[in-house]
Amino acid sequence: MNNIARATADAVARRSYGKLIALLGTRTRDVAGAEDALSDAFATALAEWPLSGCPANPEAWLLTVARRKLIDRARKRKHGESVAEQLLVLTDELVDHAAEAAAIPDQRLALMFACAHPAIDAGIRAPLILQVVLGLDAATIASAFLMAPAAMGQRLVRAKAKIRQAAIPFRIPESEELGERLAAVLEAIYAVFAEGWADAAGTDVARRDLAEEAIYLGRLITTLLPEEPEALGLLALMLYTEARRRARRDAAGEYVPLASQDTSLWDAPMIEEAEALLRQASRQAVFGRYQLEAALQSAHVHRRLTGIANWPHVVQLYDALLQSCGSPVVAINRALALAELQNPAAALSALDAVATDPRLLEYQPYWAARAALLAKTGAGTEARHAYDVAIGLERDPAVRRFLQQRRAEVRE
Amino acid sequence: MKYLLMIYSDEKAYAARSPEDQKRGYEAYMAYTEALKKAGAFLGSDRLRPTDSATTVRVVNGKSQVLNGPYTETKEQLGGYYMIEASDLDAALAWAARCPGAHHGIMEVRPVWVM
Repeated sequence: MNNIARATADAVARRSYGKLIALLGTRTRDVAGAEDALSDAFATALAEWPLSGCPANPEAWLLTVARRKLIDRARKRKHGESVAEQLLVLTDELVDHAAEAAAIPDQRLALMFACAHPAIDAGIRAPLILQVVLGLDAATIASAFLMAPAAMGQRLVRAKAKIRQAAIPFRIPESEELGERLAAVLEAIYAVFAEGWADAAGTDVARRDLAEEAIYLGRLITTLLPEEPEALGLLALMLYTEARRRARRDAAGEYVPLASQDTSLWDAPMIEEAEALLRQASRQAVFGRYQLEAALQSAHVHRRLTGIANWPHVVQLYDALLQSCGSPVVAINRALALAELQNPAAALSALDAVATDPRLLEYQPYWAARAALLAKTGAGTEARHAYDVAIGLERDPAVRRFLQQRRAEVRE
Repeated sequence: MKYLLMIYSDEKAYAARSPEDQKRGYEAYMAYTEALKKAGAFLGSDRLRPTDSATTVRVVNGKSQVLNGPYTETKEQLGGYYMIEASDLDAALAWAARCPGAHHGIMEVRPVWVM
C-alpha cells in the first residue's frame, strides 16, 4: 500500500505539479507559499493514503488539503486587515473548488507567463519555470545551469518575492502583447532544452531529463496555444534535435558529426512528428526564428536520409534566420552551407565579414569552421593554427579528440 | 494594489525646452492626470522642484548634518510622482507607459508596502 501511495503521489507530481501551484498561487501570487502548502499536502498524502487508500481524484484531494494549509498559515500570520481579506478569498476558493474538483482548470501557461514576465530577470526565467511548473529542486536546477546551489536558491527566492510583491499577474497576455511575451516563454523553454542537450554523453541524468522536460513544456504550450506557429516551430526544432541524440556519440563515446551519423539510430517517429508540426506551423504563414531553425534541421535530416542536398534552400533559410536574429552563430553555419553551394573561398570571405565580432574569438565552432574551410582551400598552416584555437576552447573531451583527429588529417 | 510611479528625467534638458514645448508638456501631464482620474486609478501626484532646491539631512552621533543638494548626483533626477491604484503589475506598467515621463525620461514603478 505504501508503494501504491508513493507511486500515485509521484504520478500526480509529474502530471499536475504546476497545475496545482498555478491554482494555489493565482490569487495571492505567492508562489513560495503555494509550494510550501503543496509540499505539506504531499507529505500528508504519503502519511494518510497508505492507511485510507488513494483517493479517486488525487489532484482534487491535494488541492483541498493544500488550500487548508494556506488558510492555516494565513491565520497564524498577523498582518491585520489584509489577512482577513486573504482568508476570505481563500475560503471562497475552497468552496468553489470542492464543487469543481473533478475538472481542475489548467493555468500552467498563465504561470509560465508570470515566470517569464519582463519584470523578472531574463537569466532566471528558465530556472524559475523548471521549479515552479515542474517542481524541480534548486540543487538540480543549479547543477544543470552550472551554478552554485545556494546562489541559484537565492535568485529563485528573489524572483518569487518579486512576483508576489510587485503583483505580477498569472495571465495569458492580450493578443497585441502575446507575441513578445510568448517569445520570452519560448526562449526560457529553449534555454532549458539547450542545458539538457549540452550533456552529449548522456551520463548526467539530471541534464538529460532537462531536454525531456523542455519537450514536455513545449507540448504543453502547443496544446494550450495550438495556433501559435512559433510554439509549434520550437517543439519541432527540439524534436528534430532530440531524435538524433543516440547517434551523436559512437559506441566508444566518440563525437560523430551530423554528416557521418548512423541514420538508423535516429528516432524516426520523432522526426515524423517534427515534420508534421512544422507543416502545421507553416500554414499560418507567420515565420520566425524557431520555425526557420526547425526548417534547417529538416533540410539537414532530408539530406542525410535521401542523399540529395538542397544547398540553395539551406543558404536561403540561413539568410532569413540571419535577418531575424543577426546572431554570429547563424553566420558561421551560413558560411559552411555557402562552402557547399559555392566554394570554400566564398565561405571564408563570408566568415571574415563576421569575424569582427569579438565574441567569436572565444567561440569554438567559429574556429573549427574556419579551420575546416582553410584546410579545403589548401592553407594547411593556417588551418592547423585555427584547429589549435578550437581545441583549446572546447571543454568536451570527445569533441576535442574529434578536432585533434581533423587537425592531424590536414594536408601540407 | 497601490503603486508609486516615479518620473526620472534630465531636469536641465527639460527646463531648457522652448515655451511651446513646455506648454505642450504641461498639457500632456494634465491630460494624463485626467485619464487616471476618469479610470478611478488616481490616488495622488506632485511635481517636485529641481534638485538645486534639494537639501539632505542625516543625524550622526546625535548631531544633524545638513548638506546642500540632492542625495546622489545622477544624470536623471526624480522630478515628480503619481500614486495609483492598479490590479497588478501589468496594469501599473500600462499606466506608467502612458505617462509623458516615459517619453522624456524613465518611469520607475514600485509597489507600495501595505502595513
